[in-house]
Parts: sequence; structure tokens; C-alpha cells
Amino acid sequence: MAVKTYSAGVKDYRETYWMPEYTPADTDILAVFKITPQPGVPREEAAAAVAAESSTGTWTTVWTDLLTDLDYYKGRAYKIEDVPGHDDQFYAFIAYPIDLFEEGSVVNVFTSLVGNVFGFKAVRGLRLEDVRFPIAYVMTCGGPPHGIQVERDIMNKYGRPLLGCTIKPKLGLSAKNYGRAVYECLRGGLDFTKDDENVNSQPFMRWKQRFDFVIEAINKAEAETGERKGHYLNVTAPTPEEMYKRADYAKEIGAPIIMHDFITGGFCANTGLANWCRDNGVLLHIHRAMHAVIDRTPNHGIHFRVLTKILRLSGGDHLHTGTVVGKLEGDRAATLGWIDLLRERFIKEDRSRGIFFDQDWGSMPGAFAVASGGIHVWHMPALVAIFGDDAVLQFGGGTLGHPWGNAAGAAANRVALEACVEARNEGRQLEKDGKEILAAAAKSSPELKAAMETWKEIKFEFDTIDKLDVAHK
Amino acid sequence: MSEMQDYQSSLSDATSRKFETFSYLPAMDHARIRKQVEYIVSRGWNPAIEHTEPENAFDHYWYMWKLPMFGESDADAILAEAEACHQAHPEHHVRLIGYDKLKQSQGVSMVIYRGPIKA
Repeated sequence: MAVKTYSAGVKDYRETYWMPEYTPADTDILAVFKITPQPGVPREEAAAAVAAESSTGTWTTVWTDLLTDLDYYKGRAYKIEDVPGHDDQFYAFIAYPIDLFEEGSVVNVFTSLVGNVFGFKAVRGLRLEDVRFPIAYVMTCGGPPHGIQVERDIMNKYGRPLLGCTIKPKLGLSAKNYGRAVYECLRGGLDFTKDDENVNSQPFMRWKQRFDFVIEAINKAEAETGERKGHYLNVTAPTPEEMYKRADYAKEIGAPIIMHDFITGGFCANTGLANWCRDNGVLLHIHRAMHAVIDRTPNHGIHFRVLTKILRLSGGDHLHTGTVVGKLEGDRAATLGWIDLLRERFIKEDRSRGIFFDQDWGSMPGAFAVASGGIHVWHMPALVAIFGDDAVLQFGGGTLGHPWGNAAGAAANRVALEACVEARNEGRQLEKDGKEILAAAAKSSPELKAAMETWKEIKFEFDTIDKLDVAHK
Repeated sequence: MSEMQDYQSSLSDATSRKFETFSYLPAMDHARIRKQVEYIVSRGWNPAIEHTEPENAFDHYWYMWKLPMFGESDADAILAEAEACHQAHPEHHVRLIGYDKLKQSQGVSMVIYRGPIKA
């Protein structure tokens, strides 16, 4: 066997990290990056550079390289593909051996994969499009604390999507007035209400008063309606210690569900909180504030389907996924792709939905998709058709903006939802017959009729910025 | 725009109590219930009947009427069992369930006979 000798200096990355002959192992973590190289940098060199900088490499050879088996530990760029419709870009597929990563740590995986390499000079733009987690790695992660099936049993909600509402205005209400808004929504027929992402513990409403008034609202609405209710108490906090303090108190007063922002709060905090929720029997709703900073630009950053996988591994029972139809960004086919990644057990590669790899989640539970933002009763038929049952449909303005108040707004949404589910079960086409279905339901619901009169003309028809890559027509 | 209406619901008015899916729609007639039964059958789910005193409807566990009808695909037979349960317990809520064994959950759960609510 030839023994390597030490030779100082800089050598081309592709000599070491470009391995087109490599067949990925079942245990490898696979990543696909969309690379826009600097002019004059060959594709193989750019791909190899990304593989190196996201694994073992540094810019120059060092003597300690020879003390380990770098040929085993290195990331390998093993395939390059054209990006349809973009001649200046390409996809680079990179395989990483599983023991580059600490078990059960999305923190560690992504510190490697996207840690330093995104500022790398040899690339003009770099986007992490998808990551395949081998089942061997998946099984080291906790995942959703409860999952869809357990949540349905706890909350006694079957055969339909769940209904929620984010309390508005986002900021400035006193705790008592806030609890009033919660109570009105829940007594009107919603399953959940929600703290907005930036409701933490500000001077106008400290967390403890909010928790106390909200739990009274939940308890009274449950007694009044005979149905199980919840409110996502946001425990996102400045420090982990403070987060756990709030979570403990939520459990103590009997809150069924709490909430966390997994990107601003951080993956470390999120994984710890998910474990706490599993141990304590408290459901966990996950918001994604800051995601668009990372995932919206087509040429740089991390695609949301990867953030979805991070959350499923780190843990959460709900995740915001976009609505397809409302005020926020979301290409339909791509959204359906990451909804599957969140909810299903096995997802096959499907480029028409932006999915680059088969993904096997094994026994890890799936989580509810949350559709929230700019939606109202007229969107209900499309939402039920797109999302199916395993979703939480959240109408903020679409509940609170009802001319007769929150309870009437909630009832309108509940009637619309149930009418759509009944029609779907009868085999009707919701997106075609939606108007007739809602109009028929409104005959016995003055609340729905008023909602339909209020929001009839509102539409959101901006084009999406982040589209799937398709060839020029 | 319609004139503002008060939302009628209170602790003291027992008719404010709901019972989950489809309880915000008017009670379904026989033909509409039959379509939901056919949906259960078409999905390959196992139909089941449960009942309870309306004042205990909040509990997770209602009384089972016999056992779930494993493999039953005749909508009339399923509806006949629901009717028999209703005849035996005319003051109770009777709910129809479709057990989805693949998801270990219920694909359908709906009250099809509404008992008089007193509390």
C-alpha cells in the first residue's frame, strides 16, 4: 500500500473531493446544492470545493491530515446535473459519511452542511435544495413529541382539518383583553387559538398573566361548547431557562399545547423543548419566523423543504407550511412536496414537486401542516382539497374581522369547514363546486352568510418569487 | 350587509353544547348520513357505533354498541345497527365511527342521532 507523503501548499479540491465513480452508501447523508459558480471556475471544482468546505477540508493542506483516514471522512461530490432553465447554474450532489455527525443533532448536521461554505468566494450563489437523511440517522432523533395520531386522540378531533386563529392585533393588548379574544374564538367553534410569533413577554402583557387569562378562556369555552380546546402558549424566550420556566407553568395550569419559534429560538432550544413536551404530554406548535430570510431567494440559502426536515427531526407537532392560496409565498407543487415531507412516512423522489431524494422516516411520527395567513371562508374549499384532513387551517383576520365579532367569525369558519368536508366525503369536487357548497351551508348559518358578504372580493394573485426550476418553454 | 346578530351560546343553555365534527351543521337526514357511511366503506375503514348520555359527551370513552363491524361493507346493515342502538337508547347521542387501522385513528367520527341535551 502506497503511503502518502506530506506536501505543503494549495491543491485543487477536485483532486480529493470530486468522485463521480462513488456510489452513495445507504447510511450516507446526501445533499444537493444549487451552485452558481464564479465565472471561470469549473463545475467539478466548485462542487468539490463545496463538498470540502462542508466536511473535512480547509483551504490548504495540513500535516495533521495524514494522521487520519480523510478518504473515509471526507464529503464526496458524486454527481452534477444541469439546472433546468438556468445555464449558469448546476446541481451538485454530495455524500457525507454518517459518522461526520453527532447522533440526534440537527444543530451539528447543519453547522457542517451550511456552516462556512455559504460565504465561500468560489461560488457566487449557493442554495441547499434538499437533504436525504438515512433511516439510521433519523432513528437517533426524537422527532415530533406526539404526532398527528396522538394529537387527534388527545383533542378528540377526527375526520376533518382542525381550525385555528392567531389573535390580533399582534402586539399591545392587555392580558385580560387578549383572553377575551381567545374565549370568543373558542366558544364560536374553533379548536385552537394562537399567540402570534412576537408575543413573548412584553411590558404590556407579561407571559404569566397571559397564560392565566387564556387558560380561563379555554376552560370556559370547553364547558360551554362541550368540545376540547387549546391555545398555543408561546414559550419562545430569551434563554432556555426562561423557556422551560414558562413551559412548566403552562403544564401546571393544564394547557394542552405550547408553541415555539424554531428558527429564531434556535434548533438547540427547539430540540430540548420537543423532548420536554414528549416527557410532559404537552403538544408543541411550531412557528417559522425568519424562514423567508433563508428560503425565499432561489439562488442562495436553504430551501424550505430542508427546514421542514430539520423541524421534523428536531421535533414539533405542528409546522407552518404556507397556504398556497393566501397572502404569503408558496408555489403549489412545491408546497405539496414539503407537506408530504412533514406528514408522510415515506416520500419518493419527485422532481415535479422539488423532491430530490427518497426520504424514509421509519417510525417517526408525522406533524400537522399549518396553513395560516390571509385566508378566509371563500378559501375553505380549496384549502380542504389541497391540505386534506391532517392540517390546521388558521384564519386570523378571517375570524376576528367578521362584522359580528370573533364568535360569529369562528362559527362561520366551522360551518364552512364542515360543509366542505361533508361534500368531499360525498365525492364532490371542492374547487369546482365550492361556491355552491358554501352558499347552501350559509342558508342555515347567518354567521357564514355575513362572512361571505364581507370577504367576497378579496383575492391575492401575486406571482411567486421562488418557483421550481423548469426548462424554458 | 346583514344587521349585527348576537352569538347565542352560554353555560346555562344546554343546547350550546356541540359534539365535534358536523355538529355545527343542521342534523343530517337519512340520505346524507348514508353517504357518509358509504364514504367509510369506500375507504376500507371499519364502521363502529358508540353512544352516551349527552351530559357525558365530553368524555373520551362512550359506550360501545357491540363491537366494531369489521369488514362490513353493506351500508344498510351499518345503518340498521345505528338505528338499533338509537332504539335501545333514545335519549343518547349515537355516533358513527370509521376506524382507519392504517393510521391507527378514526377517519370519521360523527353524531348521527342527537339526544335531548339537558346539561
